[in-house]
Amino acid sequence: MKKNIITLLSFCALTAALSSCSKNNNNATPTDPNTGAVFAVTGDQVGRPGIATVFVGAADKDTFNATIPSVMSAAFQSKFVTQLQAYNGGAYTSNILGLNASAFMGVLSTDVLNVSLTGKTTYYDGTNVLTGRALNDDVIDVSLTLIFGGPNGTSNPGLTSDHVNANDKAFLTVFPYEAAPW
Amino acid sequence: MKNSKLIIACALAALTLGGGILWASDHADAPKVTGKSTDITDLYVFQGANTNNLVFVGNVQGLMSPATTATATFDENTMIEFKIDDNGDNVEDQVIQCVYKGGQMYIYGPVKPAQTGLAATVVGTASVVVPVTPYSATTPITATGSTGITAFAGPRDDPFFFDLNQFHKITGGTATGFLPTGNDTFAGTNVMSVVVEVPKSMFTSTTGKIGVWMQTHQKM
Repeated sequence: MKKNIITLLSFCALTAALSSCSKNNNNATPTDPNTGAVFAVTGDQVGRPGIATVFVGAADKDTFNATIPSVMSAAFQSKFVTQLQAYNGGAYTSNILGLNASAFMGVLSTDVLNVSLTGKTTYYDGTNVLTGRALNDDVIDVSLTLIFGGPNGTSNPGLTSDHVNANDKAFLTVFPYEAAPW
Repeated sequence: MKNSKLIIACALAALTLGGGILWASDHADAPKVTGKSTDITDLYVFQGANTNNLVFVGNVQGLMSPATTATATFDENTMIEFKIDDNGDNVEDQVIQCVYKGGQMYIYGPVKPAQTGLAATVVGTASVVVPVTPYSATTPITATGSTGITAFAGPRDDPFFFDLNQFHKITGGTATGFLPTGNDTFAGTNVMSVVVEVPKSMFTSTTGKIGVWMQTHQKM
């Protein structure tokens, strides 16, 4: 009987030690206030910059936010092609990536940001294509060039750059990288 | 300075009232989210200063003036979530979940989600918890958890830059092209930002690449 009590006590001590150990194993409070909380109401969704606002028609904007990426292309590719041609007065042929309208919109209609785990991360730097999105990437000029610039990037020169080439504040070289607020 | 603030105010009014084409990255992109805590402005994913890490930046509540920013907060009823596909099928295999509670941002994952799609359940306990940096702070508050994940949450300058006003003129037919020197419509405006830096070794992808998208969800 005594032995049983001793065993029980040492088991308790062990349990207490283990649980306090696991509590110290993460930076959370011992009882996490959010574990298991359900967020069931659909909000916003975005992968690449500007896709919803450029290519999705007014009537589809809420639907696009509530369409999971794996079925986006089937639902939106042909609508995006129509919009791309509308921007170009029906004259879009290809772009500097060599993508015709169908192929280009096939890529963009799945609104997922491609990210490399092994090298430079950039939206497009002339060499690397869609390997991430850095804070200082001029995604607008890239997008305008792909949409309006034609196969050599030289068509419609008045439309392929907004001539805002950098942010209004310098980014930080260290975490959290973004500039302090105004 | 006053003038530029006026211009921004006008641009905001145009954004709110205009029925034309908007292109503010993802700012105010759709009727159901415009003006709400769920409205995403931008997603950035890039290699950290330590190239063994990947940085996720998720911004919401865009186009805030300094005065608006001073009283802006995250919403306890809104989850900000980064979704990560590890095999190219555009279905999430891992998620990083960010939930605001009691002045702190709780960061969960990267972890296999309880379900894929549009709803989310908080999985496990937080990898790191960081106090939200107040607007008045002179230095950002950061925290690093035991798994090596570093986090920040709070107001920042909107890193997006674009001459949206001129684009409106082009699409509205009152201009035929951009200006020789553009004007950043987003200059002087802020966002609420979550920044999470994650060791690349925590991703399950074996192909050297991942697909990322960002969602917001609210509690019922």
